[in-house]
Amino acid sequence: MSTSVSVAYDKARADGRAALVGYLPAGFPTVEGGIDALTTMVDAGCDIIEIGLPYSDPVMDGPTIQAAAQQALDGGIRTTDVLRTVEAVAATGVPTLIMTYWNPVERYGVDRFAQDLYDAGGAGLITPDLTPDFAPEWITAADARDLDKVFLVAPSSTDERIAMTTAACRGFVYATAVMGVTGARDATSDLAGPLVARTKAAIEVSAPGLPVGVGLGVSNGAQAAEVASYADGVIVGSAFVRALLDHPGDADAGRRALTALTEDLARGVRA
Amino acid sequence: MTQGFEADVHGWYGGAGSFGGRFMPEALIAALDELEVAWQKSMVDPTFVHEFEGLLQNYAGVPSMLYEAHRLSDHSGARILLKREDLNHTGAHKIRNVLGQALLTKRMGKTRVIAETGAGQHGVASATAAAYLGLDCTVYMGEVDTERQALNVARMQLLGAEVVSVKSGSRTLKDAINEALRDWVASVDHTAYLFGTAAGPHPFPSLVMSFVRGIGDEARRQCLELTGGLPDAIAACVGGGSNAIGLFAGFLEDPEVAIYGFEAGGDGVDTGRHAATIFAGSVGVLHGSRTYVLQDDDGQTVESHSISAGLDYPGVGPQHAALAASGRATYLPVTDTAAMDAMALLARTEGIIPAIESAHAIAGALEVAKERQGETILINLSGRGDKDMGTALDYFGLGTAGATTRETK
Repeated sequence: MSTSVSVAYDKARADGRAALVGYLPAGFPTVEGGIDALTTMVDAGCDIIEIGLPYSDPVMDGPTIQAAAQQALDGGIRTTDVLRTVEAVAATGVPTLIMTYWNPVERYGVDRFAQDLYDAGGAGLITPDLTPDFAPEWITAADARDLDKVFLVAPSSTDERIAMTTAACRGFVYATAVMGVTGARDATSDLAGPLVARTKAAIEVSAPGLPVGVGLGVSNGAQAAEVASYADGVIVGSAFVRALLDHPGDADAGRRALTALTEDLARGVRA
Repeated sequence: MTQGFEADVHGWYGGAGSFGGRFMPEALIAALDELEVAWQKSMVDPTFVHEFEGLLQNYAGVPSMLYEAHRLSDHSGARILLKREDLNHTGAHKIRNVLGQALLTKRMGKTRVIAETGAGQHGVASATAAAYLGLDCTVYMGEVDTERQALNVARMQLLGAEVVSVKSGSRTLKDAINEALRDWVASVDHTAYLFGTAAGPHPFPSLVMSFVRGIGDEARRQCLELTGGLPDAIAACVGGGSNAIGLFAGFLEDPEVAIYGFEAGGDGVDTGRHAATIFAGSVGVLHGSRTYVLQDDDGQTVESHSISAGLDYPGVGPQHAALAASGRATYLPVTDTAAMDAMALLARTEGIIPAIESAHAIAGALEVAKERQGETILINLSGRGDKDMGTALDYFGLGTAGATTRETK
């Protein structure tokens, strides 16, 4: 069974806090090691999991996530391994999304991908290089199965495009806090607040109740707390990848680092 | 209109959902829209058109001549005409595209340009246009390409551009595009991306074609003047496909003119080491458009191979994908060996050293000539070979007194 991320957002909202969304690419450092890392993040307090589908040409990713995805590709990761990872993580009961560039889905077959994702218990897709106006096939396949469709809005998006995008989203809308690629940053962006405000204004009109998650750059509890003050979800990716990259070949140390980071961030979203 | 040629408002060629489109991060959509509006306004603005044409004439040396290659014609049995884009300023057709895009950059009020480059031709052209128009310039180039095209790296640096060596992925053109896109996401408010080929997200394929189509328009007129008729066939090499679409654009409405695009066959298509994207690839999405792609069963891009850095790209412009699908143009592979033989042959018969990219077009056209004896074949000689002397030196074992190229056909 597929569980929408809205379940986790509702629960966080009921608790009066933001949801913590954690990301790692599948197959990093190995398929089994990746499953272990992601379930560690679930155990330590992530409300929603995003699993990256490693791709050869990731134009939105900075060096940290590129390095992890390349390691997964060098290890021979297949699309079916990503779906297997989803199945294992979703079995914990935490809503689990795939974040993927578009070509691997198109190559797998859009409808077949949607069905296999559904069968694995996945919640839906985040599509960083697919906007709703070029997504009719995915929207049809997702709607047929009530899968989440998470599209992105950016500081450069016009109000018109934000309205179009939020109307097409299911689950939540992903607000990219900075103009730039993925990667931890020391300071949170001053572009995020205004973007979230514009997105929420559009949601009032087109999709009441749709949560807004903010990603790109958050790496610690203090930043998470700041973002949680105006967003419904705090999305963290590169910092989790970094925690594993810093402990190559030492699964226990990696697990401890992931747990510590998750706990810090989980405190942040509750601050 | 020829089927599959004009894009619709979303950038689709050959019908909605087929080839082209705009598969891009939302963060870049506003910039692509801004570019599209500026471009469309400019193309109907006499001031812009006059400025662009003036630059082409007085700075780039356009129109390039159409040259009748008598000795190569004797050799091949067909009447061979060469569109001499190798004689343009900076040595290739690329200058047409960058002058157009750099002028647009100025009109949009942006102060910096970025570009990707494979062989270095587009990078040199971009650095040149940036120097001429007073823009800052950063060029992304795969580490592998910076090594095989060191002279062009030096040219760009001398022209004041910053050259960034890209070490991710296969360290070639596709990765340079990825890195340029990453730069652009973070710099889009003041930076324009001078895309180097007729690929990428809408409006780049249409925009690039509009700036390079002078190749075909001039060649058509020149051929009529020279021969009193149209060519029976035209030929160009295809990597991303800008020189080819520039030539083809002038002849798409002439159904009697056969159109050939020659892709890099590398070591041979059956070896898997090639860049024959249309001939041997499959439909996918790469760098913002749906087109033919070299990819594996999971949609991961497969590394291409060609002795020519400018053709070493696992994608191709969506216009070519549409022209291939409609049957209007024919795309065939040419191996490294055949291209190098053609490079030497053109040097020996005509005293012209072509770029290895362009040598693919020569080699392919010579094959076509076997079936077209006595007919007129117009080939786009898209660039000159100076930049490729290092490769030629190694390949032919030149550079020491007494050395000679191996026997050519």
